[in-house]
Amino acid sequence: MASHAITEVQHLEENYLQVKSRWRGIFAWIFSTDHKRIGILYLVSSLTFFVVAATIGIFMRLEQLTMGETLMSADVYNRLFTLHGVIMIFLLIIPGIPATFGNFFLPIQIGAKDVAFPRLNLLSWWLYIIGAVLAVTTLFLPGSLPDTGWTFYVPYSVRTGSNVALAVFAAFILGFSSILTGLNFLTTIHRLRAPGMSWHRMPLFVWALYATAWIQILATPMVGITLLLIIFERVLNIGIFDPTQGGDPILFQHLFWIYSHPAVYIMVLPGFGVVSEIIPTFARRTIFGYKLIAYSSLSIALFGSLVWGHHMFVSGESDIANIIFSFLTFFIAVPTAIKVFNWTATLYKGSIALEPPMLYVLSSIFLFAIGGFTGLMQATLPIDVHVHDTYFVVGHFHYTMFGGTIWVMLAGLLYWFPKMTGRMYNKKMAYLAWPFMFIGFNVLYGAMMYMGWKGMPRRYYDHLPEFHTDHVIATVGSWLLYIGILLLLGNLVVALYKGTRAPDNPWGGATLEWQTTSPPPLENFTEEPVVKHEPYHFRKEDNG
Amino acid sequence: MGASNFTNQVDNVFLFILIVSVVLLIGITTAMVYFVIKYRRSKNPHPVDIHGNVLLEVVWTIIPFFIVMGFFYYGVVDYQEMRNIPEDAMEVEVLGRMWSWMYTYPNGVQTDTLYVPLNTPIKLTIKSVDVIHSFYVPAFRIKQDAVPGLDTRMWFKAQQTGEFQVMCAEYCGDRHSYMYSQVKVLSEESFERWYARAGAEVAALAEAAEGGEADEVARTEKLIQQGRRLIKTKGCIACHTLDGARLVGPTFKGIFGKTETVIADGQEKQIVVDEEYIRRSMLEPNVEIVKGYPPAMPPQGSILNEQEIQAIIEFLKTLKANE
Repeated sequence: MASHAITEVQHLEENYLQVKSRWRGIFAWIFSTDHKRIGILYLVSSLTFFVVAATIGIFMRLEQLTMGETLMSADVYNRLFTLHGVIMIFLLIIPGIPATFGNFFLPIQIGAKDVAFPRLNLLSWWLYIIGAVLAVTTLFLPGSLPDTGWTFYVPYSVRTGSNVALAVFAAFILGFSSILTGLNFLTTIHRLRAPGMSWHRMPLFVWALYATAWIQILATPMVGITLLLIIFERVLNIGIFDPTQGGDPILFQHLFWIYSHPAVYIMVLPGFGVVSEIIPTFARRTIFGYKLIAYSSLSIALFGSLVWGHHMFVSGESDIANIIFSFLTFFIAVPTAIKVFNWTATLYKGSIALEPPMLYVLSSIFLFAIGGFTGLMQATLPIDVHVHDTYFVVGHFHYTMFGGTIWVMLAGLLYWFPKMTGRMYNKKMAYLAWPFMFIGFNVLYGAMMYMGWKGMPRRYYDHLPEFHTDHVIATVGSWLLYIGILLLLGNLVVALYKGTRAPDNPWGGATLEWQTTSPPPLENFTEEPVVKHEPYHFRKEDNG
Repeated sequence: MGASNFTNQVDNVFLFILIVSVVLLIGITTAMVYFVIKYRRSKNPHPVDIHGNVLLEVVWTIIPFFIVMGFFYYGVVDYQEMRNIPEDAMEVEVLGRMWSWMYTYPNGVQTDTLYVPLNTPIKLTIKSVDVIHSFYVPAFRIKQDAVPGLDTRMWFKAQQTGEFQVMCAEYCGDRHSYMYSQVKVLSEESFERWYARAGAEVAALAEAAEGGEADEVARTEKLIQQGRRLIKTKGCIACHTLDGARLVGPTFKGIFGKTETVIADGQEKQIVVDEEYIRRSMLEPNVEIVKGYPPAMPPQGSILNEQEIQAIIEFLKTLKANE
């Protein structure tokens, strides 16, 4: 039986949604420094961008439905895949889990009233929105949207007539938003833990955010510098990357990936944290190997900073560097494998309820594992020489980033939605969306991996006849996936207005956010919680 | 027998990792599904807390470590062979540019298709004149970026005769997905014949251009022939059509003698396309851009010599508007 001892608080205090501030309407949101409102702001904005970028993805797939021109010219297609990548990465996946659920639940899970710097937190959201608006503004300026791919490789990004400078500046500002969030979380975790919340009593989601915050602070400034250098190169023609002036285009790739590889762990580590929350709740037992999971996040953050060169195996990087980067890359597999094994072991002798969040999380582990195994293939040098810059890579990173991060973000949404809104969604609809998403996902990205192995290069507007069947299959898969996403999100939007009232602890969770009301009051708890045991403690008889 | 000496090697490493991965994936998935069914709440209402098991956790830290080190080792052994270029390899220079490939042989022959002899190690020196491209032959399992300012290298040995697709794998702009070429693998004898004949043609053209051909008409005829070939091998037709269709740049059809509106220093002006304008458009293409076209063309001074420019001009003169 779950412990509800602390949850039987009086529902006297107003929840955070009812609290009146000096602002009205939308201003009560966009000027609020409440970490919960900011979390919701991020959630609404990043999910909106998700639907926009997924719709762009649908159009890209439609273009591949026939050979030659289907809907758009190559010029438009190139801008769309750039926009798809930029939105998905900078506006959804990087801020996604930390800025939405991290903002909302990190303070609650450690028993704090808010983050350490609430105003800085609001500034982070504003920077995020300013970055997003600037990126969209390029559409209306001379040169229009950039056509470089989200990687902005020089010399192409310096030569192209599209509006790279503003888009890059937008990404630069988004980087600041990310750094400030990381700084805020680090300070919050160090300074604001409730009495009794020792490091080893922190929920694993907090540990994951902690590891992520270090990468955000240490790695993001690198991309800031790199992106500024592109602007200098374009505007002032200084020649750092231009070989005709003695510069080196490969230097750009190093600088770019020194950030952007650690960034994939910014993207995926918080997702691991969410998985480590959801599995114990629905297995109703403690997590298997708490410390190993917590420290594996730190070791992924550490090793993840040393492997950027594996994006450059065919770039002209030296053979010895390639071998070292390949070697270090394989190291990452170990802590990642540990997590998967420990999650599986947590199911052992549990009391498992396959509620929607659990279903989505377990299928996410399956998808992420495929992403991990194909990652091992690409870490193997001779295989990468063949599959680098093909659809194999596109399939691989969708399995990890979408199957791992976004899929888990959706599971987290199903898990925490009743807590955040005080309403429960229609569970049948959540189950109904699953087969569309799961089958659609595997058809789409499975077909991509297959054609990539056969030699279909990525970022190709058009394709040769031998790849045509694979492209048609992938496009059909994209329709199923898209229907699934709309069903899932639509269900939640409906629940906002028509959902039944959610109880304080609908899933029988043990962490602190389930010990307060749904939705929580302004300062999260009616009394400051005192923590007496480890986070995944479901036994009533042992309660203090 | 694989299409190249690397095909089977790469496929075997891939197959090995694939099998190990599938076994592990099935193992994990089966365990998850089995636990979810066996310990479902309706059957198992009383969970048991197990905080961990040091031995088990050590085991599943060490075993993956050895597995991935196995992958690493297997990969490095093959990779070193890929990077270890045989001394006696025949050298061909590969030049990538928006949006075509050109191959230059030791005897000066230039082609837009890579002809290679069977079972002979070929060393490729890969260059780019504009942005980064990537020379990719899927059937051979080889790929290497073409980076401006840096000569990259790789090698292969073709083991089957026939034609194999060459693609550009690094995104390079609007015509990236049309930057194809072929590798034609010939038997050693056929290659020798082709190589000698192509070499002789180059020598003859050079001689003709030097004035070896006394007859002016015959000399022009030679130049036109050379120009017709050059616009293919030098990559002109990746952007300029011969049939009037619009691609990245203006069509060559009827271009000579035409009156065009060009943009120079932000000002529009009218010019007549003459020998001087064509020459300047090859050497400094972005000074006077035909209105409505992007300034996308790289200067061709490093690719074309004066004699070749003359040959292309002579050929362009023959492309009349109404044919």
